[in-house]
Amino acid sequence: MRWLLLILTLLAAPLRAEEVVLGLSRDQVSISTNFDGSEIILYGAIKREEPIAQAPPLQVIVTISGPLEPITVRRKDRILGIWVNADSLNVSAAPSFYAIATSAPWEEVLNEADDLRHTISIPRAIRSVGAWSQVANPQAFINALIRIRMDNGLYVLNEGAVDLKEATLFNTAIQMPANLTEGEYATRIFLTRGGKVVSHYETSIDVRKVGLERWLFNLSRQQPLAYGLLSLAIAIAAGWGASAAFRLLRSG
Amino acid sequence: MMIYLPIAEVSVNAFLLLGLGGAVGVLSGMFGVGGGFLMTPLLFFIGIPPAVAVATEANQIVASSFSGVLAHLRRKTVDLRMGTVLLIGGLVGAALGVWVFNYLKSLGQVDLLVKLCYVVFLGIIGSLMFVESLNAIRKTKSGKPPARKKHNWIHGLPFKMRFRTSGLYISVIPPLIVGVLVGILAAIMGVGGGFIMVPAMIYLLGMPTKVVVGTSLFQIIFVTGFTTLLHATTNYTVDMVLAVLLLVGGVVGAQFGTMIGSRLKAEQLRILLALMVLVVCGKLALDLLIQPAELFSIGAAEGH
Repeated sequence: MRWLLLILTLLAAPLRAEEVVLGLSRDQVSISTNFDGSEIILYGAIKREEPIAQAPPLQVIVTISGPLEPITVRRKDRILGIWVNADSLNVSAAPSFYAIATSAPWEEVLNEADDLRHTISIPRAIRSVGAWSQVANPQAFINALIRIRMDNGLYVLNEGAVDLKEATLFNTAIQMPANLTEGEYATRIFLTRGGKVVSHYETSIDVRKVGLERWLFNLSRQQPLAYGLLSLAIAIAAGWGASAAFRLLRSG
Repeated sequence: MMIYLPIAEVSVNAFLLLGLGGAVGVLSGMFGVGGGFLMTPLLFFIGIPPAVAVATEANQIVASSFSGVLAHLRRKTVDLRMGTVLLIGGLVGAALGVWVFNYLKSLGQVDLLVKLCYVVFLGIIGSLMFVESLNAIRKTKSGKPPARKKHNWIHGLPFKMRFRTSGLYISVIPPLIVGVLVGILAAIMGVGGGFIMVPAMIYLLGMPTKVVVGTSLFQIIFVTGFTTLLHATTNYTVDMVLAVLLLVGGVVGAQFGTMIGSRLKAEQLRILLALMVLVVCGKLALDLLIQPAELFSIGAAEGH
């Protein structure tokens, strides 16, 4: 068995003739009180042992994906004259944020088969197991999910946003919105030729609440009663403070 | 200035929140309503998740009501005895309400229930108050003394109690029932329930309008305080940063509101409240009746 594996590895090695060397402007995003979104700049080079193959041209795809979470997509329907939530589709895993940047139009950078294998495009990043048993037309729900999140800037497809120089150096900037959830943001770089993935590289960006945000969030989860009482204390103190201040103003 | 809210996980403009808190605070002081029935839909509109908006709004109402009630206590327009009776009912109702809220959340129909509650209650109460205050104003203009209903079926019930500040001698059952109903609504709708409490006190219990506002605020503090604690411990949806921004505006507004309210006549106050209630009701009813631009919505996963 072992020698078979060795041969396979040797066979596979020449395929990785081109490799990514990546730099990130930051590998950590801190959500503080005045957090207003963040821009991540990714830059890198393509390392190779042999001369650059001319055709087909090399392309780069960059993806950043937020944590996967189960969600429910609901559709309103008219029942007894009013619009209410009727059908719903449970999506087993959808990224809370997903951005793609490519070096050329989508059709030129990736083919269907490799998209399916590496789950790169936005529809592929959403996993909906058993969707057909839940509603008659799950695709309409998935499309709606993508449409709503694209409108909110949570799902982004930027064709041609990766700047590739001499088929060796590339860079791109990805805008992350203000309403980020915490977690590991998987960052992937794919090199493709003629729509086929020839090499890929993965790293992650850590998105964390810090300072006051971190403290409040932890308190609310770990000691909810203390958190609730603190909220009330602040509310009562503020109410009393304002009342006292106004009395002083009017008497003085 | 943008501020990131740790529990709601969205970034919003701090001045917008201060302004909203202030505007709603003025109304709260004027009418003895917590203002939640205006604020909660406004929070939905600026992108706060509904569950967080409902829970945090309860916390904010505590602050603006406390600020308002102190002003009323100084003017001796709070019926503490009546307030306590209403409060006992209110706490029972709030516990029931949070339970119903969590159950409906698991069914995915919480939005519908909240909106239907708003439309039905705001519609009925708004129109009743509007008609009644209009009649009262007409009567004062034509010079006739306002007729006060002295006796109805409510006065036939047992367990009578004397409420000196309100000048009433009635059974404790109607205030208790009013308290329970308002408590349920407070938990489900993220409101103090003042917009229901105030008319119920005037028309069902026959309390004088001047005492109603302070008494309503008094019991709202406790009911919403209790609701806040329940939401904080069961749903983790109270956002302290959001609450602080809203209440800083709210408590200042409430003081101005109380000043304005003491200069208006009782009928004028009621007709203004009725109009406001009807406007909010109309807006919500239209949302339910007109086909929405986006039929789909995204929510947290259902628990099954």
